[in-house]
Amino acid sequence: MEQDIKFIDDDGKRLDGRKYDELREIKIEAGVLHRAEGSCYLEWGSNKVVAAVYGPREAIPRHSQNPLKAIVRARYNMAAFSVDDRKRPGPDRRSREISKVISEALEKVILTEKFPRAAIEVNIEVLEAEAGTRCAGLTAAGVALADAGIPMKDIPVACAAGKIGSKDDYGKKIGGNIVLDLGKQEDNFGDADLPIAISPRNGEILLLQMDGHLTLDEFDNALNLAIKGCNIISKIQKEALLQKYQVDMEVD
Amino acid sequence: MSREKREIVIPSQLLGDTNSNKAGRGTFIEKGKIYSDRMGLLSKKSDYINVIPLKGRYEPIEKDFIIGIIEEPLSSSWLVDINAPYPALLHTNEVPWDVEFGETDKYLNRGDSIMAKILEVGLEKNIQITLKDHNLYKIRGGYITNIEPSKVPRLIGKKGSMITLLKKYTKSRIIVGKNGRIWINGDNDNILKALQVIKKIENESIYYGLTDRIEELLKKDSKDVQ
Repeated sequence: MEQDIKFIDDDGKRLDGRKYDELREIKIEAGVLHRAEGSCYLEWGSNKVVAAVYGPREAIPRHSQNPLKAIVRARYNMAAFSVDDRKRPGPDRRSREISKVISEALEKVILTEKFPRAAIEVNIEVLEAEAGTRCAGLTAAGVALADAGIPMKDIPVACAAGKIGSKDDYGKKIGGNIVLDLGKQEDNFGDADLPIAISPRNGEILLLQMDGHLTLDEFDNALNLAIKGCNIISKIQKEALLQKYQVDMEVD
Repeated sequence: MSREKREIVIPSQLLGDTNSNKAGRGTFIEKGKIYSDRMGLLSKKSDYINVIPLKGRYEPIEKDFIIGIIEEPLSSSWLVDINAPYPALLHTNEVPWDVEFGETDKYLNRGDSIMAKILEVGLEKNIQITLKDHNLYKIRGGYITNIEPSKVPRLIGKKGSMITLLKKYTKSRIIVGKNGRIWINGDNDNILKALQVIKKIENESIYYGLTDRIEELLKKDSKDVQ
C-alpha cells in the first residue's frame, strides 16, 4: 500500500479540514423507533447508525440465563449497502468481535443484577460506514439504553484517537501526528487507531482496542485525546436524551 | 396556563449526597454521592430522593392488581404475560375452577385476558399470580390499552381523582392494572374518548396541574355531545 497522501497540510489542517483535536460533526436523536423499547439514531460524519434496545425479557435459550444477573446481548451488524463494495450480509469475524466487545462494555454500566435470568438485547445497525463505526455504535447503544429506561450507572460513550502521517513525501519515517477521531482515509492509510469507550462520570475505561503501533508516549497522548473527545460526545448524548422530552412537551 | 414541569434527570446525574439525603427508588450510591440510575422525573419526599421512571418494564410487587394475557396453557398451569421482564405462572390451584390435569385450555386459552393479583415474587423473580380473590376473573368484552407502567399513578391521580373524573365523563367502566394495562368497557364513542384522554394524560404526565386541565377538557367535550 503506497501512501502518497499528505495527511496534514501546512496550516495544520487535516484532509477534511479539521484540526488535530477536532471531531467530525455528530448528530444524535433518541427514540426514533416505536416497536423497540428504546432506540437512537446517530450520525457521526458520514457514519449512520441505528441502535434499538429490547428487553429486559426472559433469556432464551434457558441455559444462557444467569440466575444472578441479566445478560447483555449486543449485535453489531453492517448493512450490505453500508460500504463502497457490497458487504456480504451476515455476521463475520469482525462484526462478531465488535458485538462481543460492545456487549462487555455495556454490561459494565447496566445494573444487571436487577434482572436475574433476563436478557437485554441491543441491536446496532450500521447503515453507512466511514471509519469509527464501533465507537458510533457504542455511543448510539448508550443513548438507546437510557431511552429504554434501563437502570444503568452511566451512559457509555466511545471515541477514537490515532496516529497519522509518520512517513514524509519520500517514504522516510518522521514523527507522525496524534489526532482525534480518524476519518476514512486516515483510518485506512494511517499508522494506528485507538478506539476507547469510557464511563464519563468516573472516567472508567470500558473498551480499549488498538490497531497499529504506538510508543508509550504516543499511547498516553492518544488516550488523553480520546478521553477528551468522549467527554464532548457525552454532552451531545445527554442533550439528545433531554431533547426528546422537550419536543414531547410541545405536542398538543 | 402555567406549564411548569417536573425536572427530568438522566442516568448518572448527581442528585445529592448521603449526608443530607437518603437514596430512594431509581438511584444508586457511589462514594457517598447519590446518582440517578435511569431517565426519570426527580421527586424529593422528606429526606428521600426518588427518580420516577419515564419508561421501562413493569416491576412486579406482591399484591399488585394486574391485567394479564395468557401466553400458553401448560398441563397444570398457565404462562401469563403481565408486561414484566418475565412471564408469570398461574397454577390451577390458584383459579376458582376445578381444573382436571391437562385440561387447562378448556378454561383459559392463548390470548384470553384475566384480571389477576400477584401472589408471590421469588428471589429469582419467579412470578406467581392468582385469580382467587374477589373481583378477579376472566375478561369478556371491552377494550384493553397499554400505557407506561410508571404512569399508572398519574392516571389514577391523588386518591383516585383523575380516574374518577374519567369514569364520570366518559360513562364507561375503567379498570387500571398496575402493569400499565387498562380495561375499558362502554359505548364505542365513549371508549374512543377515554382512549384519547388516556393518551393525553400519558403524554403530559410531567406537568403539574394536569387533573384540572383534563377536567376542563372533559367538561367541554361533554357539553358538545349533549
